[in-house]
Amino acid sequence: MGSAVTAPGKRDSAFPNFRTRTWNYAARRTLAILPVVLAALTVAFAVIHLVPGDPVQMMLSIGGSVPSPGQEQALRHQLGLDQPLAQQYLSYLWHAVRGDFGRSIVTGEPVSQVIGAAIPASAALAGAGFGIAVVLGFAAALLTTRLRPGPARTVFDALPVFAMSMPGYWVAILLIQVFSFDLGLFPATGGNGAAGLVLPAITVALPPAGVIAQVLANALEAARLEPYVFTAQAKGASPWRVLVRHALRNAVVPTVTLLGTTVGNLLAASVVAETVFARQGLGRLTVTAITDHDFPVLQGIVVLLGVVYVLVNLVVDLLHLWVDPRVTMARRGER
Amino acid sequence: MTLPRRPGLLLAVLTVLALAVCVLMPDVVAPHPPDAIDPAAILRPPGAGHLFGTDQLGRDLFSRVVHSARAALLVAVGAIALSLAGGAVVGLASGFAGGWLDGLFMRAADVLLTFPPLLLALGVVAVLGSSATNVAVAVGFANLAPFARLVRAQVLHLRGRPYVHAATLSGVSPPAILFRHIVPNAAEPVVVVALVSLGAAMLASSSLSFLGFGPRPPATDWGTLAAAGRDYLGSAWWLTTFPSLAVVVTVLAATTFARALRKGRS
Amino acid sequence: MTGNPAGSSESSTPSHHGPSEPPPTRLPSRSGEFASSAPEPLLSVRGLSVRYSGRTGAVLALDGANLVVRRGETVAVVGASGSGKSTLARAVVGLLPPSASVLEGEIVFGGQSLLGLPDRDLRAIRGRGIAVIPADPAASLNPVVPIGVQVAETLRVHGLARGRAAGRAAVDLLRTAGLPEPEVIARCHPHQLSGGMRQRALIAIALAGRPELIIADEPTSALDVTVQARILDHLSALSRRSGTAVVLITHDLGVAADRAGRIVVLDEGRTVEDGPAAAVVTRPRDSRTRALLAGAAGPAPARPRPVHRGEPLVVAENLTKVFTGPHRRAVVAVDGVGFTIARGETLALVGESAAGKSTVARLVVRSLVPDGGGRILFDGQDIAAVRKAELRRFRRRVQLIFQDPRTCLDPRFCAADLIEEPLRAFGLGEKPARHARVATLADLVALPRSLLARRPGELSSGECQRVAIARALAPGPDLLVCDEPASSLDVRTQAQVLGLLTGLQDELGLSCLFIAHDLAVARRIAHRVVVLRHGRIIEEGAAAEIFRSPTDPYTRTLLAAIPGSGRRPSLK
Repeated sequence: MGSAVTAPGKRDSAFPNFRTRTWNYAARRTLAILPVVLAALTVAFAVIHLVPGDPVQMMLSIGGSVPSPGQEQALRHQLGLDQPLAQQYLSYLWHAVRGDFGRSIVTGEPVSQVIGAAIPASAALAGAGFGIAVVLGFAAALLTTRLRPGPARTVFDALPVFAMSMPGYWVAILLIQVFSFDLGLFPATGGNGAAGLVLPAITVALPPAGVIAQVLANALEAARLEPYVFTAQAKGASPWRVLVRHALRNAVVPTVTLLGTTVGNLLAASVVAETVFARQGLGRLTVTAITDHDFPVLQGIVVLLGVVYVLVNLVVDLLHLWVDPRVTMARRGER
Repeated sequence: MTLPRRPGLLLAVLTVLALAVCVLMPDVVAPHPPDAIDPAAILRPPGAGHLFGTDQLGRDLFSRVVHSARAALLVAVGAIALSLAGGAVVGLASGFAGGWLDGLFMRAADVLLTFPPLLLALGVVAVLGSSATNVAVAVGFANLAPFARLVRAQVLHLRGRPYVHAATLSGVSPPAILFRHIVPNAAEPVVVVALVSLGAAMLASSSLSFLGFGPRPPATDWGTLAAAGRDYLGSAWWLTTFPSLAVVVTVLAATTFARALRKGRS
Repeated sequence: MTGNPAGSSESSTPSHHGPSEPPPTRLPSRSGEFASSAPEPLLSVRGLSVRYSGRTGAVLALDGANLVVRRGETVAVVGASGSGKSTLARAVVGLLPPSASVLEGEIVFGGQSLLGLPDRDLRAIRGRGIAVIPADPAASLNPVVPIGVQVAETLRVHGLARGRAAGRAAVDLLRTAGLPEPEVIARCHPHQLSGGMRQRALIAIALAGRPELIIADEPTSALDVTVQARILDHLSALSRRSGTAVVLITHDLGVAADRAGRIVVLDEGRTVEDGPAAAVVTRPRDSRTRALLAGAAGPAPARPRPVHRGEPLVVAENLTKVFTGPHRRAVVAVDGVGFTIARGETLALVGESAAGKSTVARLVVRSLVPDGGGRILFDGQDIAAVRKAELRRFRRRVQLIFQDPRTCLDPRFCAADLIEEPLRAFGLGEKPARHARVATLADLVALPRSLLARRPGELSSGECQRVAIARALAPGPDLLVCDEPASSLDVRTQAQVLGLLTGLQDELGLSCLFIAHDLAVARRIAHRVVVLRHGRIIEEGAAAEIFRSPTDPYTRTLLAAIPGSGRRPSLK
């Protein structure tokens, strides 16, 4: 036939089975997460050894009390710091794999319990923040591209930049001043349930919403200049169809990549938001653990963050596979 | 340049000039010493005598904001200088050496990128203890990995450019290629990212200060000033507003420069 | 045309799985006009002026252009880049970019004036009355949507088919466009197809709405010559069968003469010539048409072989190069290639993409080293063995001219610094002497000295290539390796650059290895020709002989595919 099939070996790779492709890819990505988890465990282990000076003395000398040699000895033994380094590491890994990070120095509770108690509040905050960021970001980007150049467009172009330039603590304070003190709509601090979640969620969502809006708007703008958009217009497709089915469908690809860092940044932002709004979440726990030199709790948090990062990126990779059919080939080409 | 036709850029230039004056000669700009207590003027709202109002001890907020500029900017600029220098060394080594060194550096960068920058900086502060210098080191360290990756990517990209190949065939020696062709062409995108990161570093360092990990009292920066105003949220809005505005204006100026540079390049 | 235009050129059975019976007329609103308006042209563009306004000022892309297309005829619109031919295509379908504005003129299609028509009415015509086949098959298909869905979209948008019927109709259309296994292709994404297959998918999209007029905007210029010829043949056959009128936009008068009944020549936005194809090609009235004709691959005589002086300059023996491709699969780029280049001789290496030409060029300049067994002798010395000072001497004597003059020049350097760079690097002369030499070199390549202070971004592609040639000549080389130095330039500039290179070679007595994908270019510049395919030598000999009596069938295909070779009667 008068076809343009080129190299003979190309045929089998040109028409792969989608399901096989997906499973291979998912399996490879899942295997790739193990080293990252191990690295996070190692970093967490290293924290206690990187501290300049004696961690045990640091932990015990909170509040200016002078620890007795007996106390020191006991804590050193409890933390296993009196054993050789290699043995410490292996025993740490062994316990860590089973979720055992020892006990908090401050409260004496198991680390897993301390952290477990903080997870629901943080998960709610991050989840709500994520939803708000995605909705706001997409809405702003789509609205911006529909606007013609002019004053309104200029304002909309600048909005994401402002959202990203605001320090989180000030956003939180402004929200409290306006919505709690002036309008009395939402509780300022400590509120439980949905009402108490609104202001902190907006606080953590604004910067990532700005990032999403900017990246998506740029990608949309770039996509609209692509020849395939002209092809679609030349078919007689309506502007809305061209925007959604062609431009947006392609612009989503770089935005999906962004969602991975978004989750991390939401957790980081929750440190400030939970402090200002006095919520008992992971962020707040991190700050108190640092101030109290509560190293076992810090170790647990580091490992948890590593695991969250890995899971989120796994989801992002699978999403990528779904929105961009070219993904596997590009990845293979890289290696 | 067409500065007057670009009001955003003009504002950014003016902001940088104003900041420079505040950093270099705060006493000229500030009407009062930053720690002069005035019991007669406690918690005054912004007005003629006190541009930004006064705090609970009657100290002039405007003077305090001006005097905090040096600490705030030094930390942010120092942090970015650190990540730029470290990132350039690691990225260049990684991009040129390749092999196991590249593998090692990039895996290390992967691990660093696992943690959001603000949390990483918190971790470094946790290890090193809180102080202005440590915040700079922490934020700088937290931003190192992205710079290393960017520089490496630039090196790999530029090494494959036909004009670098052409220079090789023109007899140009490898070091000369590096300094005449690769570094100048890689510099611009790196500077753009550095400016954007400067804004991010400003935000991160002021957040750390706000959380109480920044300069120890009586030293102040914008983050600690805002934190101090938290106790008077309902009664003295200016105490949190003006220090925070200083942060926003600085970040916006850096972003504007980055955008202008990026636009000028394309 | 009634029924489905389906039934590929290869299969004789016409297929009748049309998604829906076609309506009696294509645009019912104008049904009354069709019967009475037979002599009236299908499309008429009169006095059309379009201006682009940008930050750097306004450009008049079309300046009173005219174009008339009658039903069922094929008209070629020919012009160099910047002549406004693509603007004309976009204006007809009402899809000019936002920076463009129509100043005056009229566009009438099927008796209806298109200018000022509301977007909704224009959309009903796009894809249904007028379809477009875009220029760049790689970028003109949506990369994240399956091919079948993209073809079916035309049907869905115009309500011609919906649901599964649209999917089945898309498969038929892909078959009609000449794609093998259309059921599989429909489920593929664009990146899984070759350039030629993508172009056929775009043809299927254009055919879907059974339009009265297809505007093909340089539909094949991004493809290899043999693929190009096959696709244009197929398009001609389809349009002839369905009675669809075609506007073929091309920069190549040869292509135009082969395929179109009538040729319209555009220059700087004006219609400078309009007449039957044969007349335009043989008796052009306008000087600008003559310039285009001169630029097109004409019947220039092959160059005589120069007198040999002693040993050949380059002896390449048994060159093989294997790369590791995707999936760690070995890709044989060059497979046992050998040739010689005499002093003062030009050897052309001809082949389509992936033939291994560029790899050979890189082996000769020692950017790559051949795999075991192969060697290259330059002036009697094995270049794989040269080191340090000897390598520098070799680099000075062998220079490469790149395919794309823009990317091979550092964007931060001005032209003078770029030309001076090899002089500095090889330590040839003190500063004043070097500057004088740069000026001489600029004169040699006919680059105005006033342009020496400019950076590549401020120069045209042709000027950039002159800078690159001057740089290559600067160290006084004995061998120039030219890797398709003219292929990224438009026809007129291409002719100038090729002329410059041949002139320089005669003047300076250089040897030259010239890489080309196009036998026509090879004929103009080379004394001897080597034809490569899949990394192997297919044919080799004096240029004149290869053109007179090619022995290999592949060479004959390449020769036949040269536009303007006149092997095909024109459509009308």
